[in-house]
Amino acid sequence: MTRRPGARTVYRWELRKLRSQKRTYLGLGAAILVPSIFVIAVAIQGGKAEDVPFGRYIDTTGLAIPLVMLLFGSIWFFPLITALVAGDIVANEDQNGTLKTILTRSVERHHVYIGKVLAALTYAITAIVLAGVVATGLGVIVSGFEPITSLSGTIVQPGRGLALVGASHLAYLMPIIAIASIGLLFSTIFRNSAAAVVGTLMFSLLLQLVTIIPGLDGLRPYLLSTQFDAWQGLLRTPVDWAPMVRAAWVCALYAVPALAAGLIVFVRRDVAGG
Amino acid sequence: MTAPDDGAPPVEVRGLVKRYGDLVAVDAVDLTVERGDVFGYLGPNGAGKTTSLRMMLGLIRPTAGTVRVFGRDPGVSVSALEGVAGFVEAPRFYPYLDGRTNLRLLAALDGSGADTLVEETLATVELSDRAKDKVGGYSHGMRQRLGIAAALLRRPRLLLLDEPATGLDPAGMRDMRALIRRLADDGMTVVLSSHLLTEVDELCNRVAIVRRGRMVYEGELADLRRAAGATYRLRTTDDDRALSVCAGQAGIAEAARGDDGVIELRADGDEAVAALSLALTGSGALILELAPHMASLEDLFFELTEGAEANAA
Repeated sequence: MTRRPGARTVYRWELRKLRSQKRTYLGLGAAILVPSIFVIAVAIQGGKAEDVPFGRYIDTTGLAIPLVMLLFGSIWFFPLITALVAGDIVANEDQNGTLKTILTRSVERHHVYIGKVLAALTYAITAIVLAGVVATGLGVIVSGFEPITSLSGTIVQPGRGLALVGASHLAYLMPIIAIASIGLLFSTIFRNSAAAVVGTLMFSLLLQLVTIIPGLDGLRPYLLSTQFDAWQGLLRTPVDWAPMVRAAWVCALYAVPALAAGLIVFVRRDVAGG
Repeated sequence: MTAPDDGAPPVEVRGLVKRYGDLVAVDAVDLTVERGDVFGYLGPNGAGKTTSLRMMLGLIRPTAGTVRVFGRDPGVSVSALEGVAGFVEAPRFYPYLDGRTNLRLLAALDGSGADTLVEETLATVELSDRAKDKVGGYSHGMRQRLGIAAALLRRPRLLLLDEPATGLDPAGMRDMRALIRRLADDGMTVVLSSHLLTEVDELCNRVAIVRRGRMVYEGELADLRRAAGATYRLRTTDDDRALSVCAGQAGIAEAARGDDGVIELRADGDEAVAALSLALTGSGALILELAPHMASLEDLFFELTEGAEANAA
């Protein structure tokens, strides 16, 4: 008997499906368009964003632009782009009735789920990388490949600055993966794409609001929203690793239970719709 | 996981129950489908046919009882579905992919070289010409056929089809039945749920009739007919005289005017009918019509599903 296909086959075909869906291009298009508009605005108005870190450097070095994008994007833009696919990837099949189609073939349910998780993460990572590359590339064209001032006030040469921008995006992926995991859980339990996408975004926004409630300020270091700022530790001299380490385990605390719960629900549930 | 057992029947269901809260969708169903059967799973809408098929395909878990396909439990692992294919309700595909890509995707999830069968199955269901069109633009009938193609990719020994002809136009229905007939003739075991009596009548050798989740009959279609007995219709030039002849005739019973005024009677075999025709001619009531009237499946179906309801009430 030949080996039964597994998660890798599902993953490959999930990517193929994503490549054929408008939603994917909506997300990736926004990941390109939003930084582009931002850079064009900087080029035309020469404006600054004084109230955020690196905001005052956006017209002196292109390297500041992707970093400001990371700051603004954490509020809802990048979570939305992530949720767009993560919240849809299971629920879509529920609504379309195709879940029964794929679950009566020769792939075990847990392999189907793992393939979907990997595809949703691949898309989210692609979107972040794409936004980073576009923001950096256009930023350098408009504001130049110049040294950048770190959060500690030291001057960082453009070569090292570029590496730090890249590393910052990698650090940013930690909370993005956690958001994607929650999106996947919602997608599995809500069985409705719109509810899962909106639910994921709501979850992300509500976590940011928690810190407004008096007395709950102590929770801040453990909220998912806080982990979106962990990369700033990289832009200190010397590098402050503490926020990165905390982000790693805090994000895992959100992502792992969400993925596990989603998997259990997916494997055990009745497929009665469609 | 149980090993495949070549002696096990394609489908063996024992004491199957599925409850959704207070609603009992499937209630203590037992049925066995033997190799080579074209098994009709018949019942009105909402009788629990689809729910039973979902359990046979491992899509939902029974509340109680067991389902075995070729001796294996489809609720444990998809490996139980080896040699089993089919669909419940309408077959569903990815509307944004073309027909061929949909099949290639499913073939990849089947493994075992199913991808080499894609073109062949497209040809079998006569969709080769439209294979590069997006499924979103397919008609209902084309999707049904693609559903059959998707099932055939698995080289099934057991095909589970839920209302395969529903929603098709008359030509589509005829083609679908011809296709099922051909597959059955090739030795495939087919389980076919339907509320269309003619479909079951035309295709199936065995039937289970369900009503509100409960089974009211399981067995050979021919036995069911025999049990219902054959009646005859009689028209003569003088029906009053004919009735009195019938009353005194050996082997003839229950002669009476039916709803349409035509005499209906039961006869113990052909000889009794032949003797009756002689007696009628001799009496001067000349025969205009004397024809066997087999109980249609429809009659039996209503008798079983509605009769049971009357008894229960």
